[in-house]
Amino acid sequence: MTTVAEVRQPSHGWKVVAGKELADYLLSARFIVLLVILGLAAAGAVYTAASGIRDVATQASGSPALFLRLFTISADPMPFSFFVFIGFLAPILGIAFGFDAVNGERAQGTLPRLVAQPIHRDDVINGKFVAGLSAIGLMLITLVLIVAGLGIFRLGIVPSVAEVARLVVWLIVAVLYVGFWLAFATWCSVMLRRASSSALVAIATWLVLALFAALLVQLIAGVIAPVPEGAGGDVILHNAQVEQTLSRISPITLYDEATTALLDPETRAVGIVTIQQLDRAIVSDLSLGQSLLLVWPQVVGLVALTEICFVAAYVTFMRQEIRA
Amino acid sequence: MTASTTIVTEGLTKRYGELTAVDHLDLEVEKGEVFGLLGPNGAGKTTTILMLLGLSEPTDGKVRVVGLDPTRKPLDVKRVVGYLPDNVGFYDSLTGRQNLRYTARLNGLDKGMSDQRIAAALTEVGLDDAGDAPAGTYSRGMLQRLGLADALVKDPHIMILDEPTMAIDPEGVTEVLRLIRSLADERGVTVLLSSHLLNQVQTVCDRVGIFVKGRLIAMGRPDQLVASDGTVTVELGVNGDMDQVEQVLRGVPGVTEVERPSGKSDRLWHLTTQADIIPAIVHAVVARDMLVWHVRRLGTDLADVYHRYFEQEVGHDDSR
Repeated sequence: MTTVAEVRQPSHGWKVVAGKELADYLLSARFIVLLVILGLAAAGAVYTAASGIRDVATQASGSPALFLRLFTISADPMPFSFFVFIGFLAPILGIAFGFDAVNGERAQGTLPRLVAQPIHRDDVINGKFVAGLSAIGLMLITLVLIVAGLGIFRLGIVPSVAEVARLVVWLIVAVLYVGFWLAFATWCSVMLRRASSSALVAIATWLVLALFAALLVQLIAGVIAPVPEGAGGDVILHNAQVEQTLSRISPITLYDEATTALLDPETRAVGIVTIQQLDRAIVSDLSLGQSLLLVWPQVVGLVALTEICFVAAYVTFMRQEIRA
Repeated sequence: MTASTTIVTEGLTKRYGELTAVDHLDLEVEKGEVFGLLGPNGAGKTTTILMLLGLSEPTDGKVRVVGLDPTRKPLDVKRVVGYLPDNVGFYDSLTGRQNLRYTARLNGLDKGMSDQRIAAALTEVGLDDAGDAPAGTYSRGMLQRLGLADALVKDPHIMILDEPTMAIDPEGVTEVLRLIRSLADERGVTVLLSSHLLNQVQTVCDRVGIFVKGRLIAMGRPDQLVASDGTVTVELGVNGDMDQVEQVLRGVPGVTEVERPSGKSDRLWHLTTQADIIPAIVHAVVARDMLVWHVRRLGTDLADVYHRYFEQEVGHDDSR
């Protein structure tokens, strides 16, 4: 029919959605509040680490990665180092930008109007995910810059190129990690009609994984590979291996392992290392390439977990009736 | 289907498990026509509309909008169809104008074009002054008008309006209806609107379909639907002795049936007549010194028609 022949420029729907969502996020109270809270905590962690680094510096004289220690050591009165702290709190970021992605539109009554525009339905969820990831990326970059700036100011040490490269790679991993939580929260927002229940489920999952996962994994490993009284080294090792494998289902473990290897160049293994294996090993730094090789499985695991959650959110959303 | 038919459904059916929301709907809406889909809540109006837009997949049957299948070519259909959803909502933190701008961008309009269209649309719905206030501060009626403006931004060939007069004050309803009528008359826009308020929409609709429990039980021009079998029902209020009144009423030539409607005032009568003989009836009553305090011809507005059809449907169901 002639009326349809006048086709307009094909609009990339997801870009429009992402642009609008990102603008909303950056101006939203939640972004500013989270930035201030995380910024203060991160600055605190690094500030105290900088005081503690003097002791480390004497041991690690000549260590080429002194700057990175800012991110990995903790000192009184802060109980966490910067990266542990990000590992623990960053999920909040992902959840904050995802928990009401779809059900929020439903609640406001904007979803039917949005999908009635000439965009594909997946543009909505893709755009929202991209916007969420961008907001998170911006936030993390800001935090790292604040921390790095404080470190340079307080310690007067300048990071080397290798250290900067490690930080950049770590940032990518951290964004991926938060991306997992974003995808998970988005999935919750598709499945649960109320934003409050979606936030609750996402936060509960995060707390369970963060606080009780280790305990659960220990229990399950004890069942799969029991360690009887007076068992030999092999049995104990087997138990430990099972426990480790199980714990790697959790994105938190994956993030922790990847971070350790990336921010501490001396790390040469992220698994179980026996004393025999360490015998006569020479303590030295790995190159970034070697460290990356070490954590490649963890990174792939994080990507896979994020993808599973996103695909679940995507498929559920595509099959849902628009009408609540 | 002729070339000027813009919306066609054939045997359109939607089932949710056991429930049949839309049952073999056959509909044709001509270009430039205002078609009203009338029915109670839960009749399947919104489900039908979602299928027309490709937002819900039909279980069975065929849909063509501007000659296209909305399930296969949703983008081409949505490009030319403006949609005002039931209970329309907007982003509270954005102004009305910003909300419309988002719609314009989603439609691939460039900035100059969209500003121009948005200004025109806001004027048309009477929201000139409120355009720069956050949508969160709007009243329900204003949101409804903003929804109409939102559908106008893409300069649609077809407008699908789900309960367009809902929550608008009576004066606003008149304005909105006038706007809908002028869209059809001046721009040749095809309008399909759904409503459960018949008296409101019968003035603007060229044709209406009465939709109950997923089925279209009647369709035609409002006046066609009113005059179904040539008989006229007159409602009459008369003071006086009831037996005497009944005797007089039965004596009027042309009156075939006299009854007292249950549940209404004692002195109210329903007369079925072969033609419009109200003057004769009134004259006969007054000639006997009885007072007539109320006369109304029933079946003249769609509400009565709708009730008649609706009661038939219910009765039909009970007998099963």
